Amino acid sequence: MLHTILVFSPALGALLAGLFGRQLGDRGAQIVTCGLMAVSAFCATIGLVLYVGEPAFKVELLRWIDVGGLEVDWALRVDTLSTVMMFVVSFVSCFIHIYSIGYMAHDASIPRFMSYLSLFTFAMLMLVTADNLLQLYFGWEGVGVASYLLIGFWYTRPSACAAAIKAFVVNRVGDVGLALGVALCFLLFDSIQFDVIFAEAGDRAGQTVSAFGLSVDALTLMAILLFIGAMGKSAQLGLHTWLPDAMEGPTPVSALIHAATMVTAGVFLVARFSPVFELAPAALALVTIVGAATAFFAATVGLTQFDIKRVIAYSTCSQLGYMFFACGVGAYAAGIFHLVTHAFFKALLFLGAGSVIHAMSDEQDMRRMGGLADKIKITYAMMWIGTLALVGFPGTAGFFSKDAILEAAWASHNAFHLLAFWLGLLAAVLTAFYSGRLVFMTFHGEPRADHHVMEHVHESPPVMTVPLGVLAMGALFAGWLGSGMLDPDGAFWAGAIVTGPDNHVLHAMHEVPFLVKLAPTLAMATGLGLSWLFYVKMPDLPDRVVAAARPLHTFLYNKWYFDELYDLLFVRPALALGRVFWRGGDVGIIDRFGPDGIAQSALLGGARAVRLQTGYLYHYAFAMLIGVVLLVGLYLFVIGG
Amino acid sequence: MSDWPLLSLTIFLPLVGVAFILFVRGEEAIVAQNARAVALWTALATFLISLMIWANFDPAQGGYQLVEQAMWLEPLGVRYHLGVDGISLWLVLLSTLLTVIVVVGSWYSVQERVKEYMITFLIMDTLMVGTFCALDIVLFYIFFEGILIPMYLIIGIWGGPRRIYSAFKFFLYTLAGSVLFLIAIVVMVREAGTTSIPELTRHDFPVAMQTWLWLALFASFAVKVPMWPFHTWLPDAHVEAPTAGSVLLAGVLLKLGGYGFLRFSLPMLPEASAYFAPMVYALSIVAIVYTSLVALVQTDMKKLIAYSSVAHMGIVTIGCFTANAMGLTGSLVQMLSHGLVSAALFMVVGVVYDRIHSREIETYGGLAERMPVYATIFMLFMLASVGLPGTSGFVGEILVIIGIFNITPESAAIPAQGSWVALLAASGMILGAAYMLWLYRRVIFGALEKAGLARIEDLRANEIAAFAPLVLLVILMGVYPSFFTDPMAASIDRLLAEIGAHAPGRLALSSP
Repeated sequence: MLHTILVFSPALGALLAGLFGRQLGDRGAQIVTCGLMAVSAFCATIGLVLYVGEPAFKVELLRWIDVGGLEVDWALRVDTLSTVMMFVVSFVSCFIHIYSIGYMAHDASIPRFMSYLSLFTFAMLMLVTADNLLQLYFGWEGVGVASYLLIGFWYTRPSACAAAIKAFVVNRVGDVGLALGVALCFLLFDSIQFDVIFAEAGDRAGQTVSAFGLSVDALTLMAILLFIGAMGKSAQLGLHTWLPDAMEGPTPVSALIHAATMVTAGVFLVARFSPVFELAPAALALVTIVGAATAFFAATVGLTQFDIKRVIAYSTCSQLGYMFFACGVGAYAAGIFHLVTHAFFKALLFLGAGSVIHAMSDEQDMRRMGGLADKIKITYAMMWIGTLALVGFPGTAGFFSKDAILEAAWASHNAFHLLAFWLGLLAAVLTAFYSGRLVFMTFHGEPRADHHVMEHVHESPPVMTVPLGVLAMGALFAGWLGSGMLDPDGAFWAGAIVTGPDNHVLHAMHEVPFLVKLAPTLAMATGLGLSWLFYVKMPDLPDRVVAAARPLHTFLYNKWYFDELYDLLFVRPALALGRVFWRGGDVGIIDRFGPDGIAQSALLGGARAVRLQTGYLYHYAFAMLIGVVLLVGLYLFVIGG
Repeated sequence: MSDWPLLSLTIFLPLVGVAFILFVRGEEAIVAQNARAVALWTALATFLISLMIWANFDPAQGGYQLVEQAMWLEPLGVRYHLGVDGISLWLVLLSTLLTVIVVVGSWYSVQERVKEYMITFLIMDTLMVGTFCALDIVLFYIFFEGILIPMYLIIGIWGGPRRIYSAFKFFLYTLAGSVLFLIAIVVMVREAGTTSIPELTRHDFPVAMQTWLWLALFASFAVKVPMWPFHTWLPDAHVEAPTAGSVLLAGVLLKLGGYGFLRFSLPMLPEASAYFAPMVYALSIVAIVYTSLVALVQTDMKKLIAYSSVAHMGIVTIGCFTANAMGLTGSLVQMLSHGLVSAALFMVVGVVYDRIHSREIETYGGLAERMPVYATIFMLFMLASVGLPGTSGFVGEILVIIGIFNITPESAAIPAQGSWVALLAASGMILGAAYMLWLYRRVIFGALEKAGLARIEDLRANEIAAFAPLVLLVILMGVYPSFFTDPMAASIDRLLAEIGAHAPGRLALSSP
């Protein structure tokens, strides 16, 4: 009952605000959605207290599909992993709902916005509580649609519409992998229920399947297909291009969907399928490589961006990379731990950025900011807390989780663990640098905005700053509170995350050399120090460096040219092929030699067909009907009789 | 109640309505009004009776139910033989429901020749239901081909400017298929000595004969589906047809091909079906990828949706030939879903066409501002069309993908083929999302600034009434598809047995 209320109260809020928005009014829609979200968050908190470390159980709701041995229920699976996820999702979402009251105060369609936010939360909760792959798929695409709707919320802006479509379509590429993963899962297990899969995964280890012209290890293929889905949703290298563009959505959306929750669904998926991934070392290697590469790639791009939200977006992309390679090296717990801490500090950073944008009359370009520290002190303090947590300053939440990941990478036996460690360490330097850059460019130095804007700069109302404060508490203390997740014996997870008998990474990570333990902190200090040097001490330094390394900067500034490449490789050819098939194939070949050719000769044969209009048509039709009947009769009489 | 000849009632009740409309005389406006009213009540009554078919249907039985039999043409042994099973049940209900919806939906939009218009649609109702209920192959053929005539008239009389060309093209394509089908029927009847569909199914046709029969049937069904490369009549027919015509064309007529495969090709000619299955997969995949790409570059809304229909029907034909329970059920669900969703999408286009008289995407933009209800309903069907879980579009698609992935091997080559087909079919998910979202973006999103749109009005009551049942069904089928699949299950099992019994080890590819 607790969990049913937890999951479905946001759905109720979405329905009420969406269908009766006009009757409820703006205020009514806010009260209904926030109130139901608070109920959900309250239940999630109780759930966290009651069910962490308890064995898994499920709440069955309704039979969904029952066809040819494929039996799927709508059901809520409650175990420690889903309990933690439900808490993060509901709790963060609740405060972002509240924050939105202030942030969207002047928008014309408040009920629609609140409805979408609640819809998203419902879909996300369905995703994390899924007890089978198809319900997970439902949540998976449900959050995708909510994300599409919210990115395109300001639908009169062409850029927002384009970003919304891009997000959905790129995610669909990943979803193809997921759909095939579901199909393969059924081939292997005759079921897509999690408990069946996890119980029998061991029996399938080492079996091969021939698919796509290859003969490959069955579980490896399944894990890779699922991971392709995860790559799309979590914006990993190759399928990441939609995430920066998604910043077209209102800032609370960026905080909730594109930082704290939805984009982490891929990490959740890998952790959820740890019983399968543990038996598929090749898939884990792939996860490690992709995660590490993304962590590094996104951090390099983040160095050069000027849009305050895009910097944080690339940072998200990069941090997701950390979570993935944590899973890849076998430390799923560390990945989920980072997911939790990241949810708090990254939501904080985004909402802080939203507060800045709010103060600056919707300005997002950091080149036109600066000197805000005195004017919006609360926001400034909050942004520092978020930044310190992100860069892993000792004592903050990010410190615990990021250190754990890097130590695990060092200690792992995965073939690519050192690649992950070094790329992760390098990315940590870059993270600290761009984070410092963001704070310094925004809040320090001389104001670069014109005086009209500067005169209007004001601190956000309490309805926005209080949620910031709550998330800041999380960014400061989630590390202390959540460190139990890393318990080497796995007591915390109570079987929700499975590690193989040879996987001792959670033990080994405590026995790494001192220098390895110190390395992340050194990296952080280096990055922050450099950014202070670049943007406070010697403000002309960035331009000189850029001038000296022009090609590199251009390459990074243009995000490694992924968008241009994809446009050239996929978008243009698809449209060109479409035209060729249409004009050339359908009209040029099929019609020309098919019906048109025949019609041509028919028309030549009898000009009467031209007058095939109204009155004549009846005669024609009835002649035809009679003809058909006669034909049938004739054939049957003559031949059959 | 079950003693009543429910099937005959459903089939012939619309003709009673036709008779009434024929007697309506008087001033034109009054005639139109009365014709509409009679058509609506008739269609509604027919739908209610078809619901009785559902109520009396026993889901546990795989065989034909509510069977009616009478000798019809004694010397030929042709019987008036009707019955439904889990395969045809929902298609019957789909036909009667859509007839009600088109009558409601064209309440105001059709002002010319209303009497004839309503008569034509009621006749369509009769023929559609007759096709799905017929258990005698000659009777089936008459209904099956008879549908061509009212459809031809609908396009030719109430159609757009190029209606003659389109009607003619539609006619040519389908006629070519019909002739071959007719020949095949004659050969089959001679060989088996019966015109009864259940008996024909039990007959073992020699393998060599099966090949030719299969190809002849294929010619007819592939045009109806339509499969690539027999699809070019469809975009033209849709573009010129009035909205209601498009709704029935997409909603029901396209299902005749898939139904034909399930009722004739697979159970009667199982060896040939197994032999040709790879070809069907290949053509289906070409259809999915090719027509999705073509849909991407369309500038006419109706053409875009017509091309998307071809792609969606590609999933149906793949599902038919997986010959396992998931694939077959998925194929049927996809047919029903497409029947609802594409019908709704053509109505969506019809709504703005009635107001602005343009189908060009470019004419529109920013409709969300003035038409929020319309935008919401369009959004739902757009998402159902791209196969969003929780809508009907998802269930069929995922079942077919799982089904084709799971065709178990006799030789090692087959599963690889299955996985490739699944991959390429799934790639349609990406393209489908691209063209539908882009369509939606261009019509609904953006700023409302195009000339003539400033005063466009939102949905009227009759339009909302026409959409409402479709909205409910699309969501019901997405959230609780068991409601629809449970009555199918026993008949699907029977079909699998028929296929397997004839071709042990060949097309009995199903995994458990």
